[in-house]
Amino acid sequence: MRLASLSESRRRRRHVGVGASRRPPFLLVAIASLTVALLSVPPIYLIVRASNSGAWSIMNRPATWHTVGRTLLLVVCVGACSLIIGATMAWLVARTDLPGARVWGVLSVAPLAMPSFVAALALAGATGPQGLLSKLTDAAGLGTIRPLHGLLGATIALTMATFPYVYLLSMASLRTLDPALEDAARSLGRGRAATFMAVTLPHLRRALTGGALLAGLYAISDFGAVSLMRYDTVTRAIFGRIESGVDRRPAAALGLILIVLTAVFLFAEIVARGRSHLRSGPGLRRAPTPVPLGRWKIPALAFAGLVGFSFVIGPVTVMAYWVQRAAANGTLGEVEWGATVTSVLLALVSAVVVTIVAVPVAVLARRYPRTWTRAMERTGYGANALPGVVVGLSLVFLAARYLPAVYLTFPLLIAAYLIRFFAQALSGVDTALAAVNPRTEEAARSLGRNPLQVLREVTLPLMRPGLFAAAMLVFLSVIKELPVTTLLIPTGSRTLATEVWRKTTIGAYGAAAVPALVLILVAIPFILVAVREHTLDAPAESPATTLT
Amino acid sequence: MKFRRPLAAIGILAAGLMAGCGGSGSSSDNRSLTIYSGREEEIVQPLFETFEKQTGITLDVRWGKSAELAAQIAEEGDNSPADVIFSQDAGALGSVASKLSALPQTTLDRVPATFRDGDGRWIGTSGRVRVVVYNTKAASGAALPDDVLAYSTPKYASRMGIAPTNASFQAFVSAMRITHGDARTKTWLTDLKNNGVKTFESNRQIVEAVAAGEIDYGLVNHYYLALVKAEQPDAPIANKFLAAGDPGALVNVAGVGILATTERAKDAQTFVDFLLSDEGQRFYSTEAEENEYPLVAGFDPAPGLPKLSELVGESFPLTRLADEEKTTLEMIDEVGFTV
Repeated sequence: MRLASLSESRRRRRHVGVGASRRPPFLLVAIASLTVALLSVPPIYLIVRASNSGAWSIMNRPATWHTVGRTLLLVVCVGACSLIIGATMAWLVARTDLPGARVWGVLSVAPLAMPSFVAALALAGATGPQGLLSKLTDAAGLGTIRPLHGLLGATIALTMATFPYVYLLSMASLRTLDPALEDAARSLGRGRAATFMAVTLPHLRRALTGGALLAGLYAISDFGAVSLMRYDTVTRAIFGRIESGVDRRPAAALGLILIVLTAVFLFAEIVARGRSHLRSGPGLRRAPTPVPLGRWKIPALAFAGLVGFSFVIGPVTVMAYWVQRAAANGTLGEVEWGATVTSVLLALVSAVVVTIVAVPVAVLARRYPRTWTRAMERTGYGANALPGVVVGLSLVFLAARYLPAVYLTFPLLIAAYLIRFFAQALSGVDTALAAVNPRTEEAARSLGRNPLQVLREVTLPLMRPGLFAAAMLVFLSVIKELPVTTLLIPTGSRTLATEVWRKTTIGAYGAAAVPALVLILVAIPFILVAVREHTLDAPAESPATTLT
Repeated sequence: MKFRRPLAAIGILAAGLMAGCGGSGSSSDNRSLTIYSGREEEIVQPLFETFEKQTGITLDVRWGKSAELAAQIAEEGDNSPADVIFSQDAGALGSVASKLSALPQTTLDRVPATFRDGDGRWIGTSGRVRVVVYNTKAASGAALPDDVLAYSTPKYASRMGIAPTNASFQAFVSAMRITHGDARTKTWLTDLKNNGVKTFESNRQIVEAVAAGEIDYGLVNHYYLALVKAEQPDAPIANKFLAAGDPGALVNVAGVGILATTERAKDAQTFVDFLLSDEGQRFYSTEAEENEYPLVAGFDPAPGLPKLSELVGESFPLTRLADEEKTTLEMIDEVGFTV
């Protein structure tokens, strides 16, 4: 045992430099510990809360387990659809001679600007007797389209919201695949298809399982789309409980079920991920030769066109139509600048705070590897298992009772975002840190700088592009966030997301389309920047947590 | 060095956030009230704006579902930042009655005793009636039963929508339990479920689904008809008012109460009195798009609506709704409408 740990620490030392044997700076340890403590608040509080008598009776009810079953079904459907669409689009754009690859690339990431409930709203608005699509089919003499609801509707809406994540991860992974490996397989007598199965697919495996997991986790914790599509999942049931009021213990018990479900998926992904396939040598990689599509060009274009039309152009057209219709009958309302400013500021502040707070945890785990620093890092990624409604609910419980000074204030809301999106920031920060050579830091140390000075003057400046990308992704997540925001936003304040949702629930679709379009317009530039930074980087160590 | 600039930027941004949009953080010498409103913003905002203009008191409003806000007040205990709860259901008011302070008799006397708390801790400000909304292409109002019990048969239930998590529906189930007993109510709910009733999030969605022909009937409050008609004037929908005293014709109230923990009791009282003033009541007779019933004597409902006196039958005090709520929710759970 001693021998093993000795060789282990030696192995690490080679990679991490001298930090392994030094005491980690107190400031970093303090910030990281506080962060990890904050992350563990929701599960602990829910357990305390739900363990009061009575709450567990919901476990004995068949309806509860039906709902769990429906949730799992949705997760599988969304995961599969996102995987197929995202990976196919990535392969077409990155590795084939598909015309207009740039355009298809942008159309594949643009849905990131659209919250799932806006996607659902657009779908519901396209179908049904009053819908835009129905107007077209009716004019063509085909009758109207039935309103889209239930599993099918929820799957389409959530696929719309999640396939860009699979696309991005697949893209990053495809870019790091050395075509020489595929060439070697071809030269050893394998055909194109066999090469794909033997080389390309195993290389993509991590990105694909990670992407599917992301899509699945999104579906588990989504509230807006499933509500609009009237598909009962555990998350929707929790909100039903909250709205019915009186007794909130069943909501807490359901929240714990949700955490367990998510944890199971996180674990399943680790198993499915398998060993990663890495390039052996550091040599230069040549650009891949595009695969000629030949007679598949038309079907491929049709597929890409369908994706671009259904997930970007279609929804935006529906909303523009609503705006126009509402403007015509005078129910439009104005652009809410207050909500816009709040949304943008809140998302910016949260993005910076969450990214900065993730730095100490990442630095400790990578530069001062100990059992406890690795444990902190894992806890950080585990925060991914906390759906928004659970985070929101537990902070309402806690702050209303014990922290009235911060209850329903922006700092508490930002703390909630910190919990919700910490894993996402951590992954981005760690990717950025991995790109910094410890030797450079050691050189600074040898010139008499202390560890914190090194961090500030050398490491952080070198990490800047990666930190920037991580912050952008957090920004996008925050500006689209609904359940946490609904529960914790200060009284009298509103965000674009809460405005869209509020107006949707009262059926004012035209009025809802205005903040929805503003939200999309605000988010698009951030997506383009984040995507550029992200895809330039090597894929993160844990793809599953990169983008959540 | 470079790291400092983002920190400074975030400081400025954060300051902007607090200054620009911190509605709740306004100082106490600024006259403001925090209202937890279960009434929808689109409906009551004009009324709130008139109040702000007349009194100079700013309203910080937390919009939400009535029951949700009541539960939140219960959760917050003595720390509640709310001064007033404005609920769209007597049940939610009843559930937090112990946290409300008694209103003066002059205020209470504005409305009939049926529409307020027996101990005077909350008071109704407008009335809403349960109805069956139907698609006029699918049915004629005269041919529809005027007893809600008749609607659980496959003929109606399979084409009907309900909103089981909605407080108005829950209050209606409580009323049915009081009128017809628990066993009959549970059978009725079970029949509905077995005969394929559709569940929705809100009354509004039900009325829209009826207008769209997705379903033909819905158990809703009467005023959603007017709201949907405002957006779709040609929608083929109408309200069927059931027999007076039938639980399906329950007259519930939206009402208001002042938190006992408030430090702004005087302004809160001004707000309550405003809602019950002639002007506040006239809003429901004439201005409000949604056609709720004014409760103060001398104000008629919007044209085309039956008189309140024709709908209230052998009634029970609305205070009872709060007492029945827990059992009602359990029953709705047991039948399997909620999770």
